[in-house]
Amino acid sequence: MTLAARHSFIELSARERARAILDAGTFRELLGPFERLKSPWLGLQGVVAQSDDGVVIARGRIAGGSAVVAAIEGAYQGGSVGEVSGAKIAGALELALRDCQSGRTVRPVLLLETGGVRLQEANLGLAAIAEVHAAIVALRRHVPVVGVVAGLVGCFGGMSLAAALCSHLIVTRQARLGMNGPEVIEQEAGVGELDASDRGLVWSLLGGAQRYATGLADTLLEDDAEAIAAEVRRAFGSTAPPPRSEQAQCFLERLAAIDPAQPPEPQALRALWGRAEAR
Amino acid sequence: MNAPQDDVQPGLRWLEALTASAGLRESGPGTVRLADALLGGEAARFIAVVPDAANRFPRARHGEVGLEEGWTLALLVRATVAADRGQRPRPIVAIVDVSSQAYGRCEELLGIHLACAAAVDAYASARLAGHPIVALLVGKAMSGAFLAHGYQANRILALDAPQVLVHAMSKAAAARVTRRPVAELEELGARIPPLAYDIASFARLGLLHRLISGVSAAAPSPEDIERVRGELAAAIRDARGGGRDLAPRLTSAAARATRAASIAVRQRLAEQWDAP
Repeated sequence: MTLAARHSFIELSARERARAILDAGTFRELLGPFERLKSPWLGLQGVVAQSDDGVVIARGRIAGGSAVVAAIEGAYQGGSVGEVSGAKIAGALELALRDCQSGRTVRPVLLLETGGVRLQEANLGLAAIAEVHAAIVALRRHVPVVGVVAGLVGCFGGMSLAAALCSHLIVTRQARLGMNGPEVIEQEAGVGELDASDRGLVWSLLGGAQRYATGLADTLLEDDAEAIAAEVRRAFGSTAPPPRSEQAQCFLERLAAIDPAQPPEPQALRALWGRAEAR
Repeated sequence: MNAPQDDVQPGLRWLEALTASAGLRESGPGTVRLADALLGGEAARFIAVVPDAANRFPRARHGEVGLEEGWTLALLVRATVAADRGQRPRPIVAIVDVSSQAYGRCEELLGIHLACAAAVDAYASARLAGHPIVALLVGKAMSGAFLAHGYQANRILALDAPQVLVHAMSKAAAARVTRRPVAELEELGARIPPLAYDIASFARLGLLHRLISGVSAAAPSPEDIERVRGELAAAIRDARGGGRDLAPRLTSAAARATRAASIAVRQRLAEQWDAP
């Protein structure tokens, strides 16, 4: 160990995370809390609405290049995506796309800490997530879209699809990435399918280390703000491999080799799908 | 006897009605059906996800989008784009009756989030390549399954029928997760449109291109089928005349009222985008 202390990224708020990713002194927040753009739907249900709706949009620079960071605050409503928070993410990506189309590259980063759709806004959250997806797919042709799932909320629901659409996905060991949260699976399919209280099991299935070892994430890092920021910078300086989400033939062949009655153990899947260096 | 809507499969019924084919393919899961038929004088491709009690993945036997469904949708849509390269991109009609994504341990382990993302990617890429993508909601359009199959369309059409439902989570699960009784969720849905499940409430959000009334979803007559074919052809023409993005979902009259916050956020982001 050196004396240089590691600075936790996970312990940072969304605003501090965005600041940590951007080059020092370049952070400029858009639609900050004083703009009071709140959810129009939560108050109708007796829920106190936060004045930034739990998403921070920040412009600035990454390795000197123009950038935008969308950071979800996991501490507010479980990082859930409502109409306003979803529109902030989609709108920021759409503006980055507009600039990229006119030859001004903007480097987009998504800091994903979310349970998915905010059920108190249901269909408008789902609609916003579809717009986030559309923007990532369009933007990815111009510039890498970098996603970070650091923890502790993880990334679930429709936003797990957004993570999967990113050109480069960074995870930590504290991250979880899955479509259905363990509690939802237990409710929908029974405790025999998945015991959501078995943390070891949940992490073995959805944890960042497992996602990296099976090739479903690109980089596994320790919880270190500077290391994560450095990896984001590196991702914009290198050519992203062909997106996983375009590899339909490859993944269908992999699935065909699996017997659903006897699926592989998480450790065995690393050998089947993983990178050589991560096995 | 069951009421007719209890035992029909609206997705398969409408695929057969619109294409005179069950769309079964020689390989791949029996749950993803593809058929070609003329629509408005041109060849169109129709894709549906349907139940299959013999599906080898047990969690995807009732119309869910599971691992093989997501990746197969991606494969079929990508193959359509590849086949049309250098020609006029043909329309793709997604017939939507999907009960949910597949909930299971094996599904999570094997990356169902990526399988569904692959379908999203394929539909969005086809739209960006100029294929008019039209989603026709004939049954359930739920949650991640709708994201994977239908929500990337240029135009979304729906039958105005009781079995056509859109939501982020099934009513029972939403009640458990939000710790609200089902009756309270229904009361809230009647008051707050984005929380409702019925298609008339969904239409108020401004996301639909057309709500087609007076058509039987469960037992369509030949006239019903011709009307829906006409609506699909008109939506395809409209999509070809418009942009390749999802902008109409923010510019419709209903969106200007109900999605006012979505519009305001974008306007103010644009104002603040470049440093003063």
